[in-house]
Amino acid sequence: MTGESNISRKPTEHFSGAEVIVKALQDQGVDVIFGYPGGAVLPLYDELFKTNNLRHILVRHEQAAVHAAEGYARSTGKIGVVLVTSGPGATNAVTGLTDALMDSIPIVCLTGQVPTHLIGTDAFQEADTTGITRACTKHNYLVKKSEELSDVMHEAFYVAANGRPGPVVVDLPKDILFAEAPYFAPKDVRPCAYQPKKDGDLTKIEQAAELLAKAQRPIIYGGGGLINSGPAACKLLQEFAKITGFPVTLTLMGLGAFPASNPNFLGMLGMHGTYEANLAMHNCDVMLNIGARFDDRVTGRIDAFSPHATKIHVDIDQSSINKNVLADIPIVGDAERVLATIIDYWKKKKLSPRKDSLKLWWSEIASWRSKECLKFEQDGKIIKPQFAIKRLFEKTQNRDVFISTEVGQHQMWAAQYFGFDRPNRWMTSGGLGTMGYGLPAAMGTQIAHPDALVIDIAGDASILMNMQEFSTIIQYRLPVKVFIINNQWMGMVRQWQELNHGSRYSQSYTDSLPDFIQLAQSFGGTGMVAEAVDDLDKVIDEMIKSETFFLADIRVNKEESCFPMIPSGAAHNEMILSAEDTENSKTSAAGMALV
Amino acid sequence: MSSQKPDSDRRHTIAVLVDNEPGVLARVIGLFAGRGYNIESLTVSEVDAVRGYSRITIVTSGTDMVIEQIKALLDRLVPVHMVEDLTVQGPCLERELALVKVVNAGESRIEALRIADMFRARAIDSTLNSFVFELTGSPKKLNAFIELMSGLGKTEITRGGVVAMARGSGIGLQNAKS
Repeated sequence: MTGESNISRKPTEHFSGAEVIVKALQDQGVDVIFGYPGGAVLPLYDELFKTNNLRHILVRHEQAAVHAAEGYARSTGKIGVVLVTSGPGATNAVTGLTDALMDSIPIVCLTGQVPTHLIGTDAFQEADTTGITRACTKHNYLVKKSEELSDVMHEAFYVAANGRPGPVVVDLPKDILFAEAPYFAPKDVRPCAYQPKKDGDLTKIEQAAELLAKAQRPIIYGGGGLINSGPAACKLLQEFAKITGFPVTLTLMGLGAFPASNPNFLGMLGMHGTYEANLAMHNCDVMLNIGARFDDRVTGRIDAFSPHATKIHVDIDQSSINKNVLADIPIVGDAERVLATIIDYWKKKKLSPRKDSLKLWWSEIASWRSKECLKFEQDGKIIKPQFAIKRLFEKTQNRDVFISTEVGQHQMWAAQYFGFDRPNRWMTSGGLGTMGYGLPAAMGTQIAHPDALVIDIAGDASILMNMQEFSTIIQYRLPVKVFIINNQWMGMVRQWQELNHGSRYSQSYTDSLPDFIQLAQSFGGTGMVAEAVDDLDKVIDEMIKSETFFLADIRVNKEESCFPMIPSGAAHNEMILSAEDTENSKTSAAGMALV
Repeated sequence: MSSQKPDSDRRHTIAVLVDNEPGVLARVIGLFAGRGYNIESLTVSEVDAVRGYSRITIVTSGTDMVIEQIKALLDRLVPVHMVEDLTVQGPCLERELALVKVVNAGESRIEALRIADMFRARAIDSTLNSFVFELTGSPKKLNAFIELMSGLGKTEITRGGVVAMARGSGIGLQNAKS
């Protein structure tokens, strides 16, 4: 707590702790909560029972509550709200919280706690929630005095959304929910020490603009920070790419921040990124990184990463800068404001790109593009996974479509073959790589966008990790679609075993998969199987037409691997383009130890 | 041209002004533990009861890149008001308190007293075969004293950790406003 309690403020009346929480949620503009009740939070659930304008979605597992809130947050730009009970409720939420921390998703998670006088006594359903979640939240609070409750609630929302967004836990002992508490509206809360910088340093921004104007082989490398900054930041990026003619590549988390259909887009970069994006990163002379964090999936071998580039790094989080890669021009600030300032300066100074060298650069890029690294042949009857996703993409373009994914090969194929022209349409677990993320995330997305087409592109292994949520989907009549790329393998594990472990397939084959259609039916949904390529279009059509929960079981080629690929420990210019491309497929000893 | 980690480890003394609230020390320590950074010394105490501020002094070592990370990570903690790297900001004072018990007899006992006098250590407890000395000074001075004492008998040592402040008339951390 800050010591600044000198503001004169008087609450008009007193409420119960539970009432204060509900009032705070309403004043923060919350319209939906994802949660699961239990002993410690019953007073709060009782209050929700009496409240009309707060919708509660009853999930079937607390991990799913957090992922659903992430889907909601990612697809709307708002804060996702979670309510779980003490002990197992809170510990089950830990994976979701870690996922939100890694991917910078704003979440406020209210956890029940045993009454204050029982804390530390190993009481029933007691867990040291603030202790456990300290490392997997942006911040957390244990409310031990009811006077602090409304301040903490409002501050939690402020901290979750400002600066680099992230999850915030508010741990609520049961007696606090009953205790008499004052309520202060958001405008009356105590000041908070956390004041992130939003405007970048002007001198640095000007330096960056001058450098970009002189660049011969420039590249813009954008990330999830653009999406978090908002649609305005994404618009500005488009404008900047237009006035400069620079090529743009995006990280997995950034997909949609720049239109995939724009000719300046080189595709995703990184381990399963396109050949042209990675080669352009390797050979560029000036790199403008906006809202990306030089993740190891992106950089490959760090000492060989983009060796000739002067690097400009724009990030709202000071600690992201110079963490993995040294920035020559570090700019701490919000993507939208920094981009707006760069563009203003560019126009004011009438800067222009070096047209001749840029033309040469684009012709070099064209030669990399001509490799057609994402090309595949759909021959024979067996469905290629790439083809399934390509068809799904083509057939859904007349709808506002939101895609979530689980984690693995299907996720990478979705990133490669499903083009996103707008932000907030792509929900995926990038940093933590959480299998089981996609179904609940699709659920949360569908709650936020009831009329949109929401599809979870899944794998047969991942979908089993949170399939209990079929029940939630049915209860709330959510027309979520599940599109399973079914190859009976943990495909990415199998692929790595092939590459690095002599094809010794240790525990990567799933025996005894369920009949997914019957499984969906048992919950009250429907579905169809596509056994062969002739079935595919029909199944996709039926799925899109369906107004309820629909599961498409797409039986794909079991041996297919995900390419192109930068093997672990390799550099951007050492990509493997296909299974036949053995030149680069020997993983180094150092690379073997990497994940 | 800029992706390799430069130079070697260097010792830094960092002062942090935080809200005096439960868990704040755990956040700071967890940040070091979670990323494998080393803490050589850490002291914490309330310095402003009215505003509820505590000051933490951390001595750590790392490459420039690691030290920059540490400062940025500390700075983004919600209860942290200000972070100052005293090592890079100019000359600073570092002082530490130690209690040193030495058990010995005869000539060694006299020598211990003589050395204590030179170091301006005070004997704050005495038996016929032991002394407890109280000593303040720079960590280097304490190290030297402890090394000499350990040659003169069995010793037990406790040290308070480094407290530090910038030299000169500038008022740094205490001015921080939330």
